[in-house]
Amino acid sequence: MIKIDINKTLHGSDGEMNLKINLTIEKGDFVALSGKSGSGKTTLLRILAGLESAKGIISIDSEVWQDSHIVLAIQKREIGFVFQDYALFPNMTVEENLLFVQKDRALAKQLLETTELWQLKDRLPSTLSGGQKQRVSLCRAFMKRPKLLLLDEPLSALDPVMRNKLQNEILSLHKEFGTTTIMVSHDPAEIYRLASRVLVLEQGSIIDDGTPKEILLKTSGSQKFSFEGELLDIIKIDVIYVAIIAIGQQLVEVVVSKQEAERLEIGTNITISSKAFAPIIG
Amino acid sequence: MLCFLSILLHGVILLMPYGFFMLETLQNLDFTPFLLSFKLAGLTTLILFFISLPLAWYLSQSNSKFKPWIEAITALPIVLPPSVLGFYILIIFAHIDLAFTFVGLVVASCFYSLPFMVQPLQGGFESLNKNMIEASYISGKSQITTLFRVALPNIKPALLTALIITFAHTVGEFGVVLMIGGSIPDETKVASIAIYEMVEIMDYDTAHIYSGIMVLISFVVLLSVYLFNHTQKKIGGFH
Repeated sequence: MIKIDINKTLHGSDGEMNLKINLTIEKGDFVALSGKSGSGKTTLLRILAGLESAKGIISIDSEVWQDSHIVLAIQKREIGFVFQDYALFPNMTVEENLLFVQKDRALAKQLLETTELWQLKDRLPSTLSGGQKQRVSLCRAFMKRPKLLLLDEPLSALDPVMRNKLQNEILSLHKEFGTTTIMVSHDPAEIYRLASRVLVLEQGSIIDDGTPKEILLKTSGSQKFSFEGELLDIIKIDVIYVAIIAIGQQLVEVVVSKQEAERLEIGTNITISSKAFAPIIG
Repeated sequence: MLCFLSILLHGVILLMPYGFFMLETLQNLDFTPFLLSFKLAGLTTLILFFISLPLAWYLSQSNSKFKPWIEAITALPIVLPPSVLGFYILIIFAHIDLAFTFVGLVVASCFYSLPFMVQPLQGGFESLNKNMIEASYISGKSQITTLFRVALPNIKPALLTALIITFAHTVGEFGVVLMIGGSIPDETKVASIAIYEMVEIMDYDTAHIYSGIMVLISFVVLLSVYLFNHTQKKIGGFH
């Protein structure tokens, strides 16, 4: 079990902010950390890793990482950390990147085989694709057999197909090693697939805490479908008005009334929702 | 590049009438000033590398309020006239019997060339991906292991620049050497001093040859640095 009770004043772009987190995480949990940028997600991960200082207590199982007397050095914490930009060592091959952490060839081979990277073990990171680099980074994080795995938006720079593949690998490694994982993510699909618990941060505080179902499937009102999108344009065709809206990666056309067309402002974020609706799922 | 070529060309044209006498002069030429210059530059570079490595690493990683102070002191030799530096060192050396000795020259050169080693190294370390350094700490590695196994191998162009520029700068040093070393043959009479002397006694043949060699060596050294960095950029193996 991980106990976190920390406090730190951050100087962000919106002035001063107090990061105040009081949290208990069960062993083996997969926690997704969500929230707007600047809400303190990455800072929380960095404090757990020991990369940044904060006041308070962090303990994992019976081991104290930080309290009022001691602050355990980064090197001594049993953590794995995956950065968004991979942070591989460019002067070492894929295998050397793993062995640098620990000279455990068997474990390195097992990890590289799980992630289908064994054939690439002698390549330098600069010759790999983004997805391959992130898998190496993931393998490297597991070389210490970490009690706590910290993932800072690990998949946000990758395309959807690669994302899917890596999500599966993260999940299977998480289970295989029995690690407790905290992942920063903005992608609801990703959170739903991977996480057993979601924390939503705002202005340095946890404002929502629950299962992905409870947090993500919340919709206001009685509508069945609800999408957030950006209004790109409103075109007048004969007597009707058509709004072009970007939802995720897709553009859709929606018919709007004249009053609505006058009220809506191009470039703003809007919600489209629908009530009685029998969708066809293909 | 053009400037260097024109100097070279100029040299060749100027030297032509001297051709015949040159041969004779060449045979009797004393190369000890050059050997002394390279010995001095080599030792200075070696010593400065070990002094500057921890210093540059500390400066690149530190947020301390003392950092600007240390940086300013380190950079002083760039802006100070060599005579000022030479004067202070001479005063200190007078008490410890180092003036007009080769050892004294090495110590003085270490002061004089310090920024040329520290600054490229510091710049190299600062350009490294911070997350990569942190990844090494998270992997359980100490600062020293991180410095030698992660940081240093990934700043090869900066490292080479630091070594070569320090070496070349020490070879080219004149003012400090003149004040600290004087001109004792086989002890402190380095190439730049020898050229100055040849001009003073109007031995222009020797001065020409000495100067020509200096231009050639300096050019080749700089060219090799720029060529190396150019190919490294093309490969793109470094950040």
